[in-house]
Amino acid sequence: MVWVNDVIQGILIGGLYALFACGLSLMFGVMKVINLAHGDLAIIGGYIAVGVIAVTHIPVLWSFVIVVPLMAVLGYVLQRTVIQAALDRSILTTLLVTFGLSVVIENALLEFVNANSHSLGVNDAIITSSFSIGSQISIAYLLLLIFVVAVVVLTGLQYFLSRSRYGRMIRAVADDREAAQLSGIDYRHVFGIAAAIAFATVALGGIAYGMYSQFSPTTGTDTILLFAFAAVVIGGLGSLWGTLVGGVVLGVSQAIGAQISGSDEFLAGYIVFLAVLVLRPQGLIARRGTA
Amino acid sequence: MSEPADRAPKQDEPILEVRELTVHHGQLRALDHISLRVFPGEVYAIIGANGAGKSTLLRTIAGLHQPTEGSIRYDGQDVTRIRPERRAISGIVMVPEGRRLFGSLTVEENLQVGATYARKGPWTIERVYELFSWMKDRRAQRTEQLSGGEQQAVAIGRALVANPRVLMLDELSLGLAPVVVQRIYGMLPQILATGLTVLLVEQDVSQALRVASHLQCLLEGRTTLQGTPSEVTPEQVEVAYFGLRSPGGPGGTEGGEPPVSGVGLGGVVPSEEAR
Amino acid sequence: MTAVAETTARSAEKYRVTRSRRNVAWTGLGALVVVVVLALFPYIVGAGTETILVQAFIILTLASMWNLLAGYAGLVSVGQQAFVGLGAYFVLILNIHNLSMFTALPIAAIGCGVAALPMWWLVSRLRSGYFAIATWVLATTILLIIEKFPSIGGGTGMSLPHTPSLGSAVLEAYTYWIGLAVTVLALLGVYLLLRSRLGLVLTAVRDDEVAARSSGARVGLARMLVYVVAGIGCGAAGALLAVSQLIVQPSAVFSVQFTAEMAFVAIIGGLGTIEGPILGTIVYMILQQTLQSYNAWYLIILGLVAMVIAIFARRGLWGLIDEHLHVRLFPVGYWLWDPGSRGRGLGSARRRGGRHA
Repeated sequence: MVWVNDVIQGILIGGLYALFACGLSLMFGVMKVINLAHGDLAIIGGYIAVGVIAVTHIPVLWSFVIVVPLMAVLGYVLQRTVIQAALDRSILTTLLVTFGLSVVIENALLEFVNANSHSLGVNDAIITSSFSIGSQISIAYLLLLIFVVAVVVLTGLQYFLSRSRYGRMIRAVADDREAAQLSGIDYRHVFGIAAAIAFATVALGGIAYGMYSQFSPTTGTDTILLFAFAAVVIGGLGSLWGTLVGGVVLGVSQAIGAQISGSDEFLAGYIVFLAVLVLRPQGLIARRGTA
Repeated sequence: MSEPADRAPKQDEPILEVRELTVHHGQLRALDHISLRVFPGEVYAIIGANGAGKSTLLRTIAGLHQPTEGSIRYDGQDVTRIRPERRAISGIVMVPEGRRLFGSLTVEENLQVGATYARKGPWTIERVYELFSWMKDRRAQRTEQLSGGEQQAVAIGRALVANPRVLMLDELSLGLAPVVVQRIYGMLPQILATGLTVLLVEQDVSQALRVASHLQCLLEGRTTLQGTPSEVTPEQVEVAYFGLRSPGGPGGTEGGEPPVSGVGLGGVVPSEEAR
Repeated sequence: MTAVAETTARSAEKYRVTRSRRNVAWTGLGALVVVVVLALFPYIVGAGTETILVQAFIILTLASMWNLLAGYAGLVSVGQQAFVGLGAYFVLILNIHNLSMFTALPIAAIGCGVAALPMWWLVSRLRSGYFAIATWVLATTILLIIEKFPSIGGGTGMSLPHTPSLGSAVLEAYTYWIGLAVTVLALLGVYLLLRSRLGLVLTAVRDDEVAARSSGARVGLARMLVYVVAGIGCGAAGALLAVSQLIVQPSAVFSVQFTAEMAFVAIIGGLGTIEGPILGTIVYMILQQTLQSYNAWYLIILGLVAMVIAIFARRGLWGLIDEHLHVRLFPVGYWLWDPGSRGRGLGSARRRGGRHA
């Protein structure tokens, strides 16, 4: 029955994956941009946290208070400048530019930090310990915390989108950009807000990842981007809660894969991803005539 | 058609003025030196067949297209280079062709979006519910579930709650049953009574003639007729609409496309209706 | 006949349509000279230069393929390293079975072309961004699967077991020549492909996909063909990599850095032009040589330049040259000749907005 424990781990880590994925889903839903640098932004968040902690010595768990708003601002600025400029050209250009951004970020990190892994060591004993349910199941508090945070963030995001004024504006722009303009909405500003949210959530995910595991400059694309994408694909496009579902499925398949063979952890996830692409690509099929 | 009963104070100043507007779609010239002046309180109708450039004109005034030549003046200010959202905020609001409602939003949310940057004025969401009595009960429904006429009403409501000074209506009748069209146009007096000016585009000439205080006919991007409904004869409208010339004249066109809209209801042969 | 029809008929006799503005024989001769000179290099230059040039050949081939994919078929693939790795591994496997690595190279390339078919089936229906990611996941999956086979080196890789017992200088020279052959064939292949009817379809897609589809072009088929050709090209490059390094390590040959480099080179040189990858490769090699010890820097600079060019100069450096000099080294379009202009060509067609395709 070791499986049960692993499955539970897989479910919980799905929360982390959902944090990675929701920003990606939002940016695509609102502006049809696939940000290939999305994962690297999480890592930047992690590195900024490392730096902030080194300088200010605040507890690791509170690093997000500084980093997340910082990343939100960065997201807005980057969107209004670079990404908007690329969007004005074509969707292809946004792919090229975000890909370039991803490579530049990774190599800049390699250059200025180093290739070693970093971790946001959490020293608080309570967090690093686990509690047990029965004799088979052991759950780390940290993982549980991350899952809870993810659910809170998703709930908050959902509420924001469905109830608030800005959330309505975001949904309107996502539906019909021109009609939104006719209602007085500057869509570039709305895009900026969406990007800010995406950067903030993925940075939060990056910090969480840093606490739970280790990251290095290439983790952004190696791991995070792929997981984010897989979660979005598996859970279905356009649904915020779908990213949680996708994250959970991904986490569970990875856990099961790890059971089958230690090195197959990631492979299992990728195979599920590819299988979904083949069997259930709703929302992913290129519609004729659209870019 | 009688002159509108209420005249705004500055009736000698046009609230909207377009001068020598030329608009290109790539290499195609969609509008060729179009000029018009709309005075406060008027109902100004632009008529013409498919492809005449009517919607392009409205979209350019709304800011969605940039003209290659010419200018647009609103309330005395040059707005030619102003972004569309700023124009909407300052009071030029368009109800676009095909409604263009926000599909994933409910009726009420559509209105709320319209009211995001509303100016001060008599129109509120509640007042829109009064205007369209069925709407309040259905306000939580997604707009995809509404009929064409109901969607058109929501689209108009979305524009009204912004309290525009100039309301632009692009092809209201498209795809709607005549009864529905008449009902919607029947709302016009109530809308005008609150001090708005209306600039509308219509393929259905008879409908336009019924509500307009001024009309202008476009053909292939050029103005072919201008005047009040009482000034123009049905024959003049027909000639202007189709581009017919007297036989034997130079450069005679063979006659424009028949003015049939998608559902075949918007365009009626003028010679029968405008008698 | 009306006056209009008569004039048209008369003009139709005198207007000519040709494939190129200047005599293509000159360009062809020039290219031949370049190739011959390059072929003589092993007799002139040292082994160090040869190695560098082989690197350039690999990048040039890869960039041409990526240009074909992204610049003409509109397919942004972030997973071409799959073919680079597959090409290298095909050579390794064939070499293990006693086939000379030089003979193995073309077979490896073909093998990659075959492998491209099921891969295309997996990813072809996806929208652009998802296509990109899917190609990458596919590449990573293939890497992970290959790593599970210890007989071909597992996770650490393996040297080619049966290398020819030639002196190192001769080996270098042979490697160089085969590299030159691969590159020439790749460029030639791209040129001929774009010159053909398929090329016309692709150029139409490049310019306006919706219009291309609605005029009946078999866009899907064209794209598949491009994907397969790119698979062959990248596979050949990967095979060349194996031959030149004499060792195949999974993390090296399946590295996403290849995609980064080929994409940047193609973008900087000019997407949607055949000459672009050549120019881009030159830029790349200069950068790499001058910044050699600062490994990450050349990628950073390359990436930033590529981003700027993608936004501000869509057709890259070659596009800028082309605009000012109206030069085409590889004529794939059509020129319309006015009978009255006495061979000067209707250059004005471009100025009037008509495009030289």
